[in-house]
Parts: sequence; C-alpha cells; structure tokens
Amino acid sequence: MSASRRDLGVVLHLFLGSARLQKKRAFLTIASIAWGTVTILLLLAFGEGLKRQFARNERAMGENLAICWPGESSKVWKGLPEGRAIQPRIDDILVLQQRMPDVRVWGEMSTGRTLLQYARKAVNGRLIGTNYVYGDPRKHYPRPGGRFFGPQDEEQKRRVAFMGYEIAEDVFGKEDPVGRTVLINGSPFTVIGVMQRKTQTSAYGGQDKNHVVIPITTFRALFGRDKLNVVVLHTETEDEMDDAIDRMKQYFAGRYSFDPKDERVFGIWNTVKGQRISGKIFLGMEMFFGIIGALTLIIGCVGVANIMYAVVKERTREIGVKMALGARRGWITGPFILEGLSYTLVGGLAGAVIAIVIVTVLGALPQEKLKVLEFMGQPTLSWPIGAATVAILGTAGLLAGYFPARRAAAIDPAATLRYE
Amino acid sequence: MANAGEDAIIEMREIRKVYDTGKIKVEALKGIDLTVARGEFVAIVGPSGSGKSTLMNLIGCLDTPTGGQYRLGGEDVSKLDRDKLADVRNRRVGFVFQGFNLLPQISAFENVEMPLVFGGVSLGERRGRVRELLEKVGLSDRMEHKPTELSGGQMQRVAIARALAMGPDVVLADEPTGNLDTTAGGDIMQLFADLWRQDKTLVVITHDMTLARRASRVVEVRDGRIIRDVSSEEVA
Repeated sequence: MSASRRDLGVVLHLFLGSARLQKKRAFLTIASIAWGTVTILLLLAFGEGLKRQFARNERAMGENLAICWPGESSKVWKGLPEGRAIQPRIDDILVLQQRMPDVRVWGEMSTGRTLLQYARKAVNGRLIGTNYVYGDPRKHYPRPGGRFFGPQDEEQKRRVAFMGYEIAEDVFGKEDPVGRTVLINGSPFTVIGVMQRKTQTSAYGGQDKNHVVIPITTFRALFGRDKLNVVVLHTETEDEMDDAIDRMKQYFAGRYSFDPKDERVFGIWNTVKGQRISGKIFLGMEMFFGIIGALTLIIGCVGVANIMYAVVKERTREIGVKMALGARRGWITGPFILEGLSYTLVGGLAGAVIAIVIVTVLGALPQEKLKVLEFMGQPTLSWPIGAATVAILGTAGLLAGYFPARRAAAIDPAATLRYE
Repeated sequence: MANAGEDAIIEMREIRKVYDTGKIKVEALKGIDLTVARGEFVAIVGPSGSGKSTLMNLIGCLDTPTGGQYRLGGEDVSKLDRDKLADVRNRRVGFVFQGFNLLPQISAFENVEMPLVFGGVSLGERRGRVRELLEKVGLSDRMEHKPTELSGGQMQRVAIARALAMGPDVVLADEPTGNLDTTAGGDIMQLFADLWRQDKTLVVITHDMTLARRASRVVEVRDGRIIRDVSSEEVA
C-alpha cells in the first residue's frame, strides 16, 4: 500500500469513526453553516436583482443620452452682447445629422397639454414632435402589431402617432388603438403603434407612457412652430459622449455666433455621468451586501472552529493515545480538517439549495401584480455570486478545521498520557 | 536471562535529557547507559522526580534525547522526526498505562484495532488479529463492550492486547497496576509473567516492589542516573 493511500485510509477510518459519534454536533454545525450560506446568497441575490432592475428602470428612458436645453449666451462674443437667446431650429438637426453621422441626433418640440379625441372621449395629453431616430434610443419599443414612425413618415409629414401605453388606455380604453384614428388638436391622426410597458425612473418633461409622439415635420405643420425645445444626442458608447457634446456646441456656436466655451448656452443633462455614478453606487451596495453576508457566514465558520477547538481540548488525551500508538501528525490533523471541510461543504450545499428554492419561488411570483417587485426586481443568483460563496465557504471551512487541527498536532503525547 | 549485546532490544549510551523551560534548564537524565536484551523483563524503579518518567518517554520514543545514542531494535531512533518516531512507536513499542488510556467511545475491539489501522494492516487481517489478542487476554466475550462497561482489570487487559497488537519489540508499561485493586493487580502481574514466559520483552516502570520482584532485573533510577542494576533475586 502506498504511503498516501495508507494516509487516506487511516484518516478516513478515524474521520468516519468520529463522525458516527457526533451526529448532533454535526447537525448543529452544519445548520449554522447552512444559515450563513442562505444569508449570503439571498443578500447577494437581492442585491443583484435590485441592481438589474434599477439599471433597467433607470435606463428605460435610454442610455448614453445628452439632453440639451437651449438657453441664453452669457459671454460677449465678436461684438455681440451677452444674454442673447439661442434658438435651434428643425433644419439644424438635419445639418448636425450630416456632420455627425456617428451620433444619433434629434430635436424635440412639445406641448404641455393637447386635446386628444376618440369617439366620445376627450383627453388632454402631452404631445411630442420629433425625428424618427428618436424611437430606438429612447426605448419607444412598439407592442406587437405596431411600429414607430420612420423616415418616410417624417419626410412626407404623415399624420401618424405613436402613443404611450397609459395615455393610449385613457383614450381608447380596452380597444386596440393601432390603426384607429385619433383627433389631435382637431386633426385626424392614425395610431401606428403603442409603446411596450416599462418602468421608468428618470425622465425629462414627463413619463414616456403618458405622451404621444408624432413626426417633427407633422408637428411643425400642425402648430406652425419651428423652434426646438430640446436637442438630444445619443452615442453608441459612454466614452464618445463628451466629444459629441463638444462637436454639437461647436456647430451651434458657429451657426448662432456665441463663444463655444460658453457653458451657459445649453443646459445639458448627460446621462452618462449618472450611469457611471449609479454603477459605482451599486458596486458599493453589492460589496456591502457581500460583506454582511460574508460576515454572517464567517460567524458560522467561527462556530465550527470553536466547536472543533473544544473537541480538540476534550480529546487531548485521546489524541495523545493515538500518537503513542503510532498515529502520524497528518492522521491526527486530517480528520479534523476533513470534519471542518465536510461541515462547511454539506452546510453550504444545504444553504445553497434552500436559497435557490427561495429565489425560485420569488421568481415565480407575477411581477406585474406586485408593485414592490417593479422596483426591487427579482432576486437573481448569478455565477459570480455562486463562485464567491464557494470560495468564502471553502476558505472558511479549511481554516475552521486547520487551526484546531494544528493545535491537536501540537499535543505532546508524553505530557498527556501519565496519570489521571 | 537472555544474553545482552547481540540480541539487544534497547541500547542506550550516554543518554541525556535537558528540559529547557526558558530561564531554567532542568537536567532530568544525566547520562544513562542501559541495555535490555530480547526476552528480558526489566522493572525500572525510583522515587518521583528521579527521572524514570523521562526515561520511559525516551524508551517509548515519545520524546527524543538531548544527547547520547539510543538504538531500539537495532535502529537509531535518537534523532528521528515526529512522524518517523510515530512509526517506530507503532512497530516497536507497545504501551500500557496506569490510567489504561483506552479511547472511551469505541469498543474494546476497535481499541485493539487502532494500532493495526495505523500500521496499515488490512481489514481482514485486523479482524483475525484483534480476536486472537482479546482471546489471549481472556476477553473474547467482551469484544464489543465499551471501556466504560468494563472493570479496571478488564480495561488493562484490553490495553495489554492493544500493546501487543503490532507484535512490538518491547512492551512498555507505566505503573500498570497503579489503578487496580490487589486482585486485579495480581491478575495483571500474572499476565505479564505469562508474556515474559512467551519470550516477550517487558519494561515496567513501577513503585510496586511486588511487581518489581516478578521481573528478571531491577533498575533503580535516582537523580537522573542509574544507581543500581541487579537481577531481581538480589532485590531486598
């Protein structure tokens, strides 16, 4: 028999012998580890769910957007006085789109309250006129059977409307609005799409579910207005945004004669900044959850180590006897380490199963019915969470067994064996 | 008495042991020369503090000497590491203690089996060997009993069976009758005498002169030295 197989055989023999005698202790220890595992997994799962849901809600308005409100110049420039209103127009958007093909640019004009009529219903709602590129980056995804308006609609000033789902319900009730005609400010429009449901936590001007969007050209024809309320930029990546904003300012500075360094001309909401901050906040939150969970788990492991220390102390004489009978050090430490590891592994496994069951049950709850879940999201167990938990458990288990075992191995058999 | 020298089991030369407890150095053994031949029955006697416990720890390879040379069964064991010493104890030494030192939670059978587990003896062979040993000490009907269910004399017999399990070079007994009443003590002494007759080498550390007189040789230790080494007939 090779030395290592013999070692393994002896360690297993001793381990099984002691495990057989320690059922209650084993159960309690395993339960404490399971508890710790459930805690860490649920905390991380809720954190992950919250993060995902928050990100989804926060980004329901769209990602990588810069919403630019035109204002007044605040610096004297080329003989012109300060305090001049800068007023971009629809045509500026076309120029910008040509100059910045890598950036999605659109303008928006809007009304606070516009009369919408269908059959005998009359509802006041917010109306937006904008370019067709608005649809995707602003996450105005149509429900099946509908669409957002396209370039032809804009070019031909078609009377088509895309509606938020809540205002659509206000106007049409249970009927499907798509294909029906709604009177907007007295003019007939065909509803071509209704927005999919989304939970939105950031907005400018109002929630998307409550407004109606029409082509900007149609809006101009309807209201005789040409001045944009906002100019919006959307970039593919976060990093492109600052440059895109600079280029837009450069264009308008040349077009309307103001100092391109004048920070006051546009009030800009750059969502990239917010995204970055909330990313950090959530990283911090996850770390916080992780630390709390890990601490709980560590308490469990300290419990294991504590019990094992007590066992070592209680069995000092036994360990001395075994040493006298020829047990090598590894045969003394092995069963303790194995015991610590098996408690943590069995406990960890049990905890993981419990956590998975809880998460699955919560996941099966209908999200629409529970307002809380709309913001809290569904607890989500991810691979990194699992890997982190396994790593913490494994380390803690090893340590919980190792330190008591080391003490056991340090026992001097000669000192323990003589007399009572 | 067997012939020492060629067939020596224990050969100690100039053995010294110093306990270094930080500030104070205690010299427990000040140069011991001791040879025990195969088949001898040696009693080591001496008052407490004489160094006989230290001597026993060294003979039993529970500790290593500070100086000198110790050969056990022909193998130099003076400078082995802990695991090697453990193997030597397993193969060459059988311990019998005053306090029995049986593992309380397992049966007599499993107690006797323990050194065989450490010795890497296969399961089948272990079973036969343990049964044989327990029969030898007269406990074939007590194999599955736990130590708490046995009398003191029975426990010591289990311990003796355990000491014999690996067929050691020497059985080392530390006050084996110290915790027993006269009758049980007498039985154990008889058992030792029987073992001696079966050519086992026995070293017994004891206060008990009745037991010492049963030995073939009495070694008296005092103040870290051997002061007397005589055959038992010469002991007063």
